[in-house]
Amino acid sequence: MRIQHDLVIIGGGPAGLAAAISARENGVEDVLVLEREKELGGILNQCIHNGFGLHTFQEELTGPEYAARYIEKAKALSIPYRLSTTVVDLEPSGDGVLVTSVSREEGLVQIQAKAAVLAMGCRERPRGALNIPGTRPAGIFSAGTAQRLVNMEGYLPGKRVVILGSGDIGLIMARRMTLEGAKVLCVAELMPYSGGLKRNIVQCLNDYGIPLKLSHTVVDIQGKERVTGVTIAAVDEKLKPIPGTEEHFDCDTLLLSVGLIPENELSRQVGVQLSPVTNGPKVNESLETNLPGVFACGNVLHVHDLVDYVSEEAVQAGRNAARYLLEGRSPEQKEIPLTVAGAVRYTVPCTLSPQRMEAETVVRFRVGRNLRDALVRVTADGKELLRRKRPVMAPGEMEQVKLKREWFTGQEKEIVVEALEAKEAQ
Amino acid sequence: MTVYDVIVIGAGVTGSAVARELSRRQGRFLVAERASDVCEGTSKANSAIVHAGFDAEPGTLKAKMNVRGNQLMDQIAQELDVPFSRVGAFVVCLREEEMPKLEELYQRGLKNGVPDLELLTGDEAKALEPNLTDEVCGALWARTSGIVCPFALTLGLAESAAKNGVEFSFDTAVTGLEQIPEGWLVKTNQGDFAARAVVNAAGVYADDVHNWVCGEKLSITPRKGEYCLLDKTAGCHVGRTIFQLPGKYGKGVLVSPTIHGNLLVGPTAVDDPDREDTATTAAGIADLTEKAALSVKNVPMRQVITSFMGLRAHEAGEDFVLGESAEGFFDAAGIESPGLTSAPAIGEYLAGLIGEKLGLEDKPDFDPIRKGVPHLAAMSPEERAEKIAENPAYGNIICRCEEVSEGEILDAIHGILGARTLDGVKRRTRAGMGRCQAGFCSPRVMDLLCRELNMDLTQVRKNGGDSQIVLEKTRG
Repeated sequence: MRIQHDLVIIGGGPAGLAAAISARENGVEDVLVLEREKELGGILNQCIHNGFGLHTFQEELTGPEYAARYIEKAKALSIPYRLSTTVVDLEPSGDGVLVTSVSREEGLVQIQAKAAVLAMGCRERPRGALNIPGTRPAGIFSAGTAQRLVNMEGYLPGKRVVILGSGDIGLIMARRMTLEGAKVLCVAELMPYSGGLKRNIVQCLNDYGIPLKLSHTVVDIQGKERVTGVTIAAVDEKLKPIPGTEEHFDCDTLLLSVGLIPENELSRQVGVQLSPVTNGPKVNESLETNLPGVFACGNVLHVHDLVDYVSEEAVQAGRNAARYLLEGRSPEQKEIPLTVAGAVRYTVPCTLSPQRMEAETVVRFRVGRNLRDALVRVTADGKELLRRKRPVMAPGEMEQVKLKREWFTGQEKEIVVEALEAKEAQ
Repeated sequence: MTVYDVIVIGAGVTGSAVARELSRRQGRFLVAERASDVCEGTSKANSAIVHAGFDAEPGTLKAKMNVRGNQLMDQIAQELDVPFSRVGAFVVCLREEEMPKLEELYQRGLKNGVPDLELLTGDEAKALEPNLTDEVCGALWARTSGIVCPFALTLGLAESAAKNGVEFSFDTAVTGLEQIPEGWLVKTNQGDFAARAVVNAAGVYADDVHNWVCGEKLSITPRKGEYCLLDKTAGCHVGRTIFQLPGKYGKGVLVSPTIHGNLLVGPTAVDDPDREDTATTAAGIADLTEKAALSVKNVPMRQVITSFMGLRAHEAGEDFVLGESAEGFFDAAGIESPGLTSAPAIGEYLAGLIGEKLGLEDKPDFDPIRKGVPHLAAMSPEERAEKIAENPAYGNIICRCEEVSEGEILDAIHGILGARTLDGVKRRTRAGMGRCQAGFCSPRVMDLLCRELNMDLTQVRKNGGDSQIVLEKTRG
């Protein structure tokens, strides 16, 4: 079957839903959302803890509650969506893209879309990617898989647990498993700092007396059929295990929370350029990729710390997709590259066009190390546009600055986003 | 007690190949396997290469079986629906002074009867494989070398055997052999079985089984090999299998595309008497990374999606041990590399000997054709649409990374030697073999196993034994 739509949104999680709503509210009638799971809402459906929506709704919601706000709105706007529908291929076609999806109900469908929003989210880094030595028994789970087993299936994957990595899902699962009666022995973190939010370390580890061992990693996994133990060790500055520091834990489970990877296989197929730092598409200030009419938002673009920012970003992507569809492709613009300095690892967007940008554009970024008494500075060709003081900055937390169109002449060669400690700025 | 004509001990690629060849003949055959599925030992953890046959010393069984196995592979792959491609291989020489060894290998290949061998200069080799290191100063090109899916090959042979009447008994560990008037009493943890003849295809335990009944003892020391498997984005780093000149411990570290488009790097080679230890080590991974870099540059080791360890059943006599070692007792022992390649030839050879010995007649209705689980992701949109129209379950994607549908998983569960475990589903469909390594799909595959086999989630296992995945219901 071959059909046509103006805007296809790949993914019905928080990013896809907010983008769809925003596109519709900005005048796009013909929007279709494709979701591979049985329900809309994406990964939020398994995040039954609260803490979502503080920024957006000034309320503490659970994941499903947060998702429900957007699902209800999408339904109220009668935005069409397809569930249990997986996009298996994406290719450039005419002025847009050809989206191939499969589902039980409709079989294989090819959709010619004038524009698309990539909102596929991210996946967890598996054990194999870390080359953790040892056996390969049952009982090794990524934290999100364990979360699904506990929260969606209603089964406990283990009773004595070691967690490697202090990403937010790992921290949340330390608490969740404890509440379900499991003993969480420790959380080992390779880096000298946690990759998760401070509030999660307090509420999920400290409150339950679960030790967080920074600069530690798993150096062996034991057990032939099911995990029987793991060995952790301290690491040096080069992140290499230090002999003699090994500590053994008898346990039946190892949970991994060692990073999230934006899921860009489809993006790659269609020819979207990716950033080696974020593993997400390189986008301009409109969140548009190198392919005109193909936008990206949410965790497929870069991994966010809070879903509130995913929604905010997706609204922007939906609005820009609408503008693209209603006003047509913008003429070639001068793109000013954004580059990073100091502790800043990346920025989203990567380029900015003063002619095309809205009155204000948000630049999101992360730092690569902990900073105290920090300074964020944005300069264009050496001229300082913005300077902000930040008491602390951490790799686990996303940062943002807002740039105003009026600051730019369009002749700038480079915009630099920099973060450093005030003492380094002297 | 039923007396089988033949009991094969072990459902790895060798045992399965012998079983399939036996099933061309009339008789009652049983395969006893200690694991819960076929392909649970060395057959699942190896280089997945169909070797050309230039390595082994001329005149050895290894040489003979390798060359014959390689010849048989096209037909086997076609009959059994096994992914196989003759991508060719280079053996690269890294030092000018070792060039004579390359020439020696070429001559050995000629003696073994390997077709289409060619010696290349370093520049010629690098023109064909741009990612070879600058050190490469010459290469032996073996065009008949290939890559194969070892799971599909083992499953294909076993399922073909089953289709033609061979019985399989899983979770059945053979604990002893006793001579009886009919032949052999095969003692197992599931009770005793009698057979006129026994085939010892017990992998790293084949020496134990042999030594129960034979005066002349065998000694197998597992030779451990660690591997890293890289993401499909790295699959095109080389177009052929790149070997280095072989050393004392075998063919050295190779870099090869796999038949499914990943990149495989390994193996190391360490002798260790522990036959159960398949734990990878930091030292091993560091070693293979370093060695791979000698022949192939910029191997993107950051793209590793999994690492694993395989045990080669290395026998002290250095050759395969094949044939009737005691009255009615047939060995297929010491099957290390090139065992995967040789399996079809070993099956043909041993089934021939046994058939003659027992006077087994040919089976007129032997059906050589076996179909594996269809692979929808590889189909054209039209084919795929048609297939989904036939069975809508093919439209429900369960494994995102490898794009495996519910329909394919149901086929795997309800096939002739149906999958009972997560790993069983994985080997038949590739669900869980992709870059997320089953993070997303394992709960969903578990649900399907439960639904189809009428189990509770706590009964689902990774690969048999105590490899339970979830332990109990939550409090809620």
